[in-house]
Parts: sequence; C-alpha cells; structure tokens
Amino acid sequence: MRYMEGEFIINGKRKVIQFENDDLLLDVLRNNGYKEVKCGCREGTCGSCVVILDEKLVNSCQVFAATATGKKIITSKGLGDIKNPHKIHKALVDAGAVQCGFCTPGMVLAIYYLLKEEKNPDEEKIKEYLDGNLCRCTGYEKIIEAVKSIIEGKYG
Amino acid sequence: MDNFINVKKQKRKIDAIGLATGFEKFTDDFSFPNMLHLKFLYSPHPFAEIIDIDTEDAEKMEGVEIVLTYKNTPDKLYTTAGQGFPEPSPYDKKLFDKYVRFVGDYVALVGARTLKIAEEAINKIKVEYKILKPVFDVEDAIKEDAPKIHREGHYLINAIYETERNISAGTEFRYGDVDKGFEDSDFVIEEEFSLPYENHCALEPHSAIAYLDERGRIVIISSTQVPFHARRIVSFLLDIPVNDIRVIKPRVGGGFGAKQEVILEPYVALVTYRTGKPSRLVLSREEVFVSTRTRHPAKIKMKMGFMKDGFINSLKMDVLMNAGAYGSHSLTVLSNVGSKVLPLFNKIPNILFTGKSVYTNLPVGGAYRGYGATQGYFAFGQMIDIITRKLNIDIIEYYKKWHIKEGETSPVFEKLGEGKEGVTQYINSCKLSECIDIGAREIDWFKKRGKRIRNGDKVRGLGMACAMQGSGIPLVDMASATMKMNDDGSFNLFVGATDIGTGSDTILTQIAGEVLKIPSENISILSSDTDLTPFDVGAYASSTTFVSGNAVRKCAENVKEQILNVASEILKDEKENLFLDNGYVFNKKGEKVSFKDIALYAFYKKNQFQIFGYASNVENVSPPPFIAQFVELDVDIKTGFVDIIKFVSVVDCGTPINPKLAEGQVEGAVLNAIAFALTEDYIFDKNGRLLTNNFNKYKVFNTKDKPDLKTIIVESYEKAGPFGAKSIAEIGMNGPAPAIANAIYDAVGVRIKELPITPEKIFKKLRYGF
Repeated sequence: MRYMEGEFIINGKRKVIQFENDDLLLDVLRNNGYKEVKCGCREGTCGSCVVILDEKLVNSCQVFAATATGKKIITSKGLGDIKNPHKIHKALVDAGAVQCGFCTPGMVLAIYYLLKEEKNPDEEKIKEYLDGNLCRCTGYEKIIEAVKSIIEGKYG
Repeated sequence: MDNFINVKKQKRKIDAIGLATGFEKFTDDFSFPNMLHLKFLYSPHPFAEIIDIDTEDAEKMEGVEIVLTYKNTPDKLYTTAGQGFPEPSPYDKKLFDKYVRFVGDYVALVGARTLKIAEEAINKIKVEYKILKPVFDVEDAIKEDAPKIHREGHYLINAIYETERNISAGTEFRYGDVDKGFEDSDFVIEEEFSLPYENHCALEPHSAIAYLDERGRIVIISSTQVPFHARRIVSFLLDIPVNDIRVIKPRVGGGFGAKQEVILEPYVALVTYRTGKPSRLVLSREEVFVSTRTRHPAKIKMKMGFMKDGFINSLKMDVLMNAGAYGSHSLTVLSNVGSKVLPLFNKIPNILFTGKSVYTNLPVGGAYRGYGATQGYFAFGQMIDIITRKLNIDIIEYYKKWHIKEGETSPVFEKLGEGKEGVTQYINSCKLSECIDIGAREIDWFKKRGKRIRNGDKVRGLGMACAMQGSGIPLVDMASATMKMNDDGSFNLFVGATDIGTGSDTILTQIAGEVLKIPSENISILSSDTDLTPFDVGAYASSTTFVSGNAVRKCAENVKEQILNVASEILKDEKENLFLDNGYVFNKKGEKVSFKDIALYAFYKKNQFQIFGYASNVENVSPPPFIAQFVELDVDIKTGFVDIIKFVSVVDCGTPINPKLAEGQVEGAVLNAIAFALTEDYIFDKNGRLLTNNFNKYKVFNTKDKPDLKTIIVESYEKAGPFGAKSIAEIGMNGPAPAIANAIYDAVGVRIKELPITPEKIFKKLRYGF
C-alpha cells in the first residue's frame, strides 16, 4: 500500500486528492463526495459507475485512480443540477425513464457520450451505445424514448 | 367523464430530477466519521457443523474493531422475511449458527476501519468444520434418509413444518372430487414444468448503515422495502425497545422483493450497538447473487381433465418448491402458486392443489415480483395452450370464454390466503376480454398465429398468456398516513408506504391532491422514516397504490373535513353548501376563501388548531388486475436461438393514477420476465457453489437484447380502489414465460417446459426429440 496524491479535473474544477496506489477511480470519486457515481457491481458489467474520462465513457470501477490523474472527468452532476438540469436529465424525467434512478446518472453519461459521437443516431445505434448500462426497472423503453425526444429536437 | 386534476395525469416523478442528476441519496451515499466497514465470512461448504472458530489473528489486526460469530451473538431463531407479525415464515435462522447450510451462509462478520482491512481480516479467521452430507435436489431432500438440514426451527403460526423430511411449508386445498372429475372428462392431460432460481438484480446492492444518534438511539439507514418490519425484527434480535430504533429508508435502487427481507439491518445495528461507532454493510454483486434471496425454484405437475367443448372438469396442481437453506416466504409463495392462478378460470368444479416447500443446501428463496404467481402461470399458461391446440379452439377465444368476469367469484379466494385461509371476494372490475382483443389486434394475431412464416432458417411464431395478480393482502396489510396544512395552504404528507423506485411517493401526492382539489405539487411527501411517519407494512404484495393509496385518500378526506369546518366558520355558511376548487373553498353564492386564509385563520385567528389529518386503512378485498400478453418471435431452426420481435402487454389496472409510471411498471416487469424465460439461470457446481454469480455469467437483458415492448392500459374502474385504481407492479411478470413457450411451439412445434428456454433445449428437441 502506498499513498499518492494526484490532481483531477472533475466537472471543470481542479481537485487535489490523496489516495492509495491501488484505489479505483470509482472509490476515489465516491470518497470525495461524488456520490452520483454509483457502484452496482465493481466488475465493469453494469455501467452504474461510468464517467466521462478525457472524452471517453469508462467504467470507473475498472480504472485505477493513479492512471486518471491530470485527466478531465465528467459526472452527471457536472452536466447539470436540480435547478439547471441538462437536457438529457430533463428528457429522462419527462419520458418517465427514471424509476429507482440508481442506473440513471450512468445512463445520463452514456447518452451524453452517444450524442457527442453520433449526430443523428437511429434506434440501433442508441441501443448499441447504451448496452453497457444495465437497468432492471424500466425495460429501457422510456430511456430510448427519451433519447429519441432529444434527437428530435424537443429540447433544442 | 371524470374531471381529475391529478389522477391520470402524467405528473413528473417527484424525485426524478434529483435521481438523474445524482443529488438524491441512496443508503451508501450517506457516510459518517469513524464509520466501520463490515465484511462477512461465508461458508465454503454446502452443509457443515462449525466445531470451532479462531478469530484471534483477525481481532489483533490493526484497524479491526469487532468480530462477530455464533460465540458472541444472540442465540435466537428468527426469519428474515419482512412480513407482518406473526410472520407466516418459519423461524429457522440465527444471526450466526453453529451450522452452515449453503455455500454462502454466514460464518462471521468483521468490522474494521476500512473495507480493505475487513477483507484481510476475514482471511485470518480459522474455522474448523465438520463437513456434513448435503442435499441439493428437492426430490432427494424429502426422502427418509436425507440429511436433516434443520432441527430446531418453528413457526409462530399454525403451519405444516416437518424438519424430519426437510419440509419448510406445505399447503393443500380442494373442492369437488378431482378423480371423478378426470373419469368424467373427455380428455385428460398431464404435464410437468420447472423453473430455476432467479435473482432480482436490483442495480443497487443490499446496503445498510447504522449509527447512534445524540441520545444513544440506533438509527439504521437501509435499502429496504419494509422499514417497519426491519425495526421490529432488529428490536427482537437485539432486545432493544422499538422506540430506541429508527429506520430510515432513503432512495432505494430497486427491490422487486429482494429487499422485503431483513438481511443486513440486524448486523449493522449490533455492530453499532456494541462499538458505539457507525457501521456500513454494502454487499458486492457476487454476495447479492449468492447470499441474499431469490425466486424459489419450482417443479409443478398439472393434470387437467376437459370436455370436447373446452369445459375444464377437473384440475390437479402439485408444487414442489425449493426453499433453499432457509424457509423465508416458502409458505406464502407456495400458496400463491395456486391462489393467484386458479381463480382466473373460476368455473372448474373439481380442484386439488397441493404443495410442499423443501429445504435444500442451496441459496435461499424469498419474495420476488410475481411471488408464486409467476411460477404457477408458467405451467397454467402452457396447459391452456395445449388444451386449445388439442381441441382446435383459438386460445384467445378460450380465455375470453372462461376467465373470471365482473360480479363473479372463485372458491379459491376463500380457501387459500397468505399462510392461512383467504377472504371471499367478488370481482368488481375486469376488462380482460377487452385486453385480449386489443392485444390480438396489436400483435396481428389472426394473420400470423399458426402460419409458421419462414425466412431462411428462421420461423415465426406467436404466443399469448393471460394472468391476474392481487392488490395487497386483504385483512392483513395495513397502511396509514398523516397530513398537515401549512401557513400558506400547502401540505406535508407523511406515509409509511415505501417508494423503492416505483414512484409511489408521487402517486400518493396525486391521490391526496385529487381529494383536496389542488395540484399535487402543493403537497410535500415524506415516506418511510419510522420516527416520523405512521406505520405501513411496506412495499410488497402489489399493495401500495391500493392499500396505502386508500389510506392517503381517507387521510386527505379527513383534512378536507377540517378545512370545510374552518371555511364554514369564516364564510358563515353551512358546510353542506361548501366545495373545494383549486385551493379555495367556495359556497353557492360564489363567495370564497383561500386555503392560505383558512390555514392562517386556524393557526392564528380563532379557535386555533393544526389542521391535521390521519387515517389507517385495511382492505377486506384484494382486487386483481388482469393482463393479456402476446409475443411474436423467431426461432432459428439451425441453432435453436430465439429472437423476440415484439412483446405486447395489455393490462387492466383500474384507473392508472399516473399512466407513465404505470406503463413503466409493466415494461420493467416484462423485460425482466423475458430474460427469466430465455437466459437467467442459477448454475451450481457439484458442491452447491453458484457459478453464475455475476452479470457476465447471469445474463440479464440490456438495450441490445430488448425487443419492441408495447404496453397498453385498458382502464376499468375498481370501486374499492382510490379513484378506481388497482395494482400494477407485479402482474407483468407472469405472462412472458408461458407466452414465449407457447410461441416457440407455434413456430417449430416443440414444447419446452423447463426454464430457461435456451437454444440448446430447443435444438435438442428439434434434432433428437427430447
């Protein structure tokens, strides 16, 4: 075990954080207040803990924090808050796509990544981009509906 | 036409924006200084006696604060089943026992400064086991020479319980004479069906945190469906008065029955009680799979005798259910295999329903969305397909003819309840025939059923199944609510009802708002905090909308009376002349007074008092919702692979209080059930160790697996329900498996009676006929 210190740029803010050399990015984020990053499996199989790490969507449980120092990290709170939600937040809420909501912050980022990568994704593309994010409540129906409503321009 | 202003409106789920952004809190999002992290040591053996445990090395480790084993914990039998008291489940479990009964049973618990230390300490515990011969198969377990898994368990209620034969529960009910019924039938068919374990796979793992408040009371934050039962059970196990325990349910990341179990709460409470420090216990995904609860596997034998015209003369259903190592819910799930299925065809004159739940050295069964009905309908739904094919009758016409109708009853309602006799009830609302017609149109039934349309190696098939469920447990489930009016005419609503992601907090404000004729947004709700909210049994048995919803309706009516009393004083008019509209009380002369002025008057002006409503609610009926589910699929005859093209659910849930949330309940249940039908499975090695213990090996559906899901709500009006509502949370789980099995038969003529329906099973049947 070895203590380390590293700088991360989380949701646009520079943060110097101390951690152990084998700490996962997931734990470092959660231990420092980024509780919107959820832990559903710790095995890279459910997508609850995804973050945007230097423009890429990654399972933060599969990344050592030590390898993420100096990088830009975006979480769901980084996209918006209760007073000023992002259009992805709004679309999911309007579509009734949020049930228990445990997968949702991760799903939000998967959708964010999809919309960044693809200008006009069809349903197949949407499903492809979201297939790493498990949801047991919704059957994905309304989540996909929400994504479509954004693509159709309902949220500008 | 109704003039609802809240009910049937697409109100946004009140916590949705906080959940989506990540501001809402789940159990593990709370953290406290000096918190201890807890980790279990699990049994590596399916059945063993612990001769000794040496925890010295673990306890000596820097950072380890407590190690619990059978040596230093209460020696009390209890059940983890989060049911009303006395629980209809056997008291057969201890916090820690000298016997371990499955791979994954608790041996010890370590509390340490960090999780890493706790995990290291676990490895330093030395356990001496005397390995005992396990039994994994239910048929073997009831044999005389089988190992006896339990010796000292008991029920608090009168129930069948035979530890000598590993029987954790038994049930039987009959009417008429089935044997004579079979003799008198034109045809008799007999089939056997089986279903495996299923895991709920709520995305949030089981989690609990405890700490002492400023007065030394134990506060438990828990991911639970049953906060009040959790408080009661912790009180019993730790011998602490109920008023010294507070259970808070924050947001819950899915339950589906998995959290209708009081699994972790006693352990965090005990650690905190002993050490004085906060403690945290959050399970890993593997621990959730292995050591929490599951859907009970079942083997179901069905025999049905029927006449040429389709009349079913006699029905025999025998269920052999695997309880696993402990008997949680093993009586009531077993009863529900019959009680939630057999009333659907209420004109069968001769019925014999028998069942046993059997202990084995495998993971523990429990509550799971559908709760026995899912198991029963897998058998029943295929039997109906087999009968109608034999008689050459269209299955949809057959269901329409024989399903229970409005004004009718079934003897099953009265005979079979939850661990005891049931309650007689007549059906007030049933639009199942309409559901069937609409579903048939939506799936294009008449054009595609039985046509075996071929495209390369793929053959198209259509199948359907119908089901009912209930709405709460009559004369058992109790819900209550309180509500107070604030200075500005807004309200706070307090309910014991437990929102586990379903949106019940939202729909309960819609119900209260409807009574008071104000937008539901003017009502803030607080739910499931045992210090602050009145009692509710919790989120299970499809009870919240119906049972808790009616409690809220009555509570709001109580508030309304008080508002009218004050308005009558202010307007100097008789109460009978007054009515509510959009935050005002009007009289017939057109005079009005606002809720705000009423609240200010009551607080400050004259005859001051707090406008405060209260109501409890118990129901003497459990109105069933009904569903017709249709599937269109392709079977690849070269590989046996099934591709679901479209799945249609048409459901009668009475009035949908919030249509979008109602649809969401069905969509979630349906995709869960499709995955259960096709891919989800518990596979064990020869020592009873679970191999499918993660999301790579235990396949739940993701977006790419998802077929086109169509959900249609057919409104009925259930006069016993709040604004006509019935339940909807569980029913969607029941139809997919039989509908899919029926559609596979429709496509390729093979009948798979064992879940999951894997490509291998279809391929073997196609190729070798078995």
